[in-house]
Amino acid sequence: MRLPMGWRNLRQILLPIGQTVVFVTGAGAICSAVMLLLALVFRGSGADQALQATQGVGILTYTFNSLPQVLIDGMTIGFVYAAIALGYTMVYGVLQFINFAHSEIFALGAFCGVESLIALNKMGLLAQASTLAAFMYLGLALLVGMASAGGMAVLVERVAYRPLRNSPTLVALISAIGVSFALQDLIRLTESLTTGQFYRVIPTFGNFDERINLFRIGSKVVDIQVKSVVVIVAAVLMLVALNYVVGSTKVGKAIRAVAQDKNTAALMGINVNAMISLTFLVGGALGGAAGVMYALKFTRIDPFVGFMPGIKAFAAAVLGGIGNLTGALLGGMVLGMIESFAGAYLGTYTMGAFGAEYKDMVAFLILIVVIVFRPNGLLGEHVSQKA
Amino acid sequence: MALLELNDIHSYYGNIHALMGVSLKVEQGEIVALIGANGAGKTTTLRSISGLLHPRRGTVLLEGKEIHHMSPNVVHKHGLGLVPEGRGIFPALTVTENLEMGAYILDDKKQIEENMENAFTLFPRLKERAQQKGGTLSGGEQQMLATARGLMSNPKILLMDEPSMGLAPVLVDQIFDIIRELNARGTTILLVEQNALMALSIAHRGYVLQTGQIVLTDTGQNLKANDMVRKAYLGA
Repeated sequence: MRLPMGWRNLRQILLPIGQTVVFVTGAGAICSAVMLLLALVFRGSGADQALQATQGVGILTYTFNSLPQVLIDGMTIGFVYAAIALGYTMVYGVLQFINFAHSEIFALGAFCGVESLIALNKMGLLAQASTLAAFMYLGLALLVGMASAGGMAVLVERVAYRPLRNSPTLVALISAIGVSFALQDLIRLTESLTTGQFYRVIPTFGNFDERINLFRIGSKVVDIQVKSVVVIVAAVLMLVALNYVVGSTKVGKAIRAVAQDKNTAALMGINVNAMISLTFLVGGALGGAAGVMYALKFTRIDPFVGFMPGIKAFAAAVLGGIGNLTGALLGGMVLGMIESFAGAYLGTYTMGAFGAEYKDMVAFLILIVVIVFRPNGLLGEHVSQKA
Repeated sequence: MALLELNDIHSYYGNIHALMGVSLKVEQGEIVALIGANGAGKTTTLRSISGLLHPRRGTVLLEGKEIHHMSPNVVHKHGLGLVPEGRGIFPALTVTENLEMGAYILDDKKQIEENMENAFTLFPRLKERAQQKGGTLSGGEQQMLATARGLMSNPKILLMDEPSMGLAPVLVDQIFDIIRELNARGTTILLVEQNALMALSIAHRGYVLQTGQIVLTDTGQNLKANDMVRKAYLGA
């Protein structure tokens, strides 16, 4: 009895890592293949000739050489989307309700994390921090972001959603949208009052901006920023931890029981409200961590920073199959990859007619196509199976 | 002191007065059957006892302690188990996980393992299906699982809501055999059934519920012989 239990726990840890690897390579491979096909199609086109003239390489070579960099960027942003998407999908799984305030929970986490780093910087701790100390400070900022976002998510549920639990879902949805605007303005007000400006920039410290050279293709060096590595490692650790908690612990099973049948769960002695609060705490904390990672990657944040990543992560959750944790990971990765590919190649392929700023349009168009053919998402089950 | 006692409880769904002064008693070691037609208030009675519905008037006592104002999870901690209507299996949890949820309030791992062994001895079928998802079981297996799960916390009294519903006749016999065996092992049972004949055959005592009121109570044998019961519920 002992050995199989240990084996099962190990499996719970290895499984999400395996899934992550499969999803990253799968999404990356498919996007790359499509891109190379497109490159073949575009051979001899105006875009090809323009590239020949300016850079001396054909469109196929150009595309091929830049693939690794695009893949790395897509993976990084994909993990951020996945971490946010988990918050949407967990809450949906338990309450069948879209927590539209989650994007602002994310923003709050980002602000609290960044503010704590700014405070550390003012104390003069960041400037001369060793690499190890820098990582510790970043870890601290992550914890601050997670705690504040998780705490706020629990508070929001208690105040704005729980009283509406037995009302039609549409009512709670409106409440969530209201909370979303309220939180945005709360952040803006607090920042304006205390700092006189409402955007913040994460202090530069440690070696997070340095680039690690991985390999070279022709004359091109493929590298990865230290902060991207940090984002990826942190996201994978969180995914593994979440998967273990939800899959193998008593409390995780109780959360799943509540998601499937609240009345019966209560009859088993499970405190349903406590489990719902816990779901918001965990989902919010993941969102907060994603917020800090986002700030680290993109450096500047403002009170509206949550909107786009929030809507994309929500889309990712739906794309993967809402309510499904693995689906959130897959959806986030697919969306991140598509966005990265569109951002990198749209300008070149259309000879500047569409720039990288149209990447979101491409990502969402593809999303619509997928949803039309798979309304339950890539990994979604039919609703009837769940009931 | 009765193990479970309902005194004149009135329960409502919104403005609908579903229970109009229900009183009943279950003594330690008994099987008590609660029978009645569709919509008579059988399930409502069980919901009112288990905390899923709070009666507006009247008291529910478990071992003399008032439980009618408690939430279902707290009621359960006081020793009341419910096998809900429609079985309430968690479809995406495995059989083992469903049973673990039944023992949620227990902390003693040894005790949980022992209860799990007991469940598997009582229902060998469940052991074969241990790692299968609850939703993939057949109706009969789900009823076994629901019953086993209800026993996982060693409840003082087990409330069973329509355990025979939707089962083939041969399985119905099996389920009633099991209920009798559980009782012989010392479990007190309050049984709600539409299958009045079977329920009264194994019950020590019975209550007949009609539009939210208890209209008749007697021993199981006497109720089975009662003219009104025979006409209304036994199709004789």
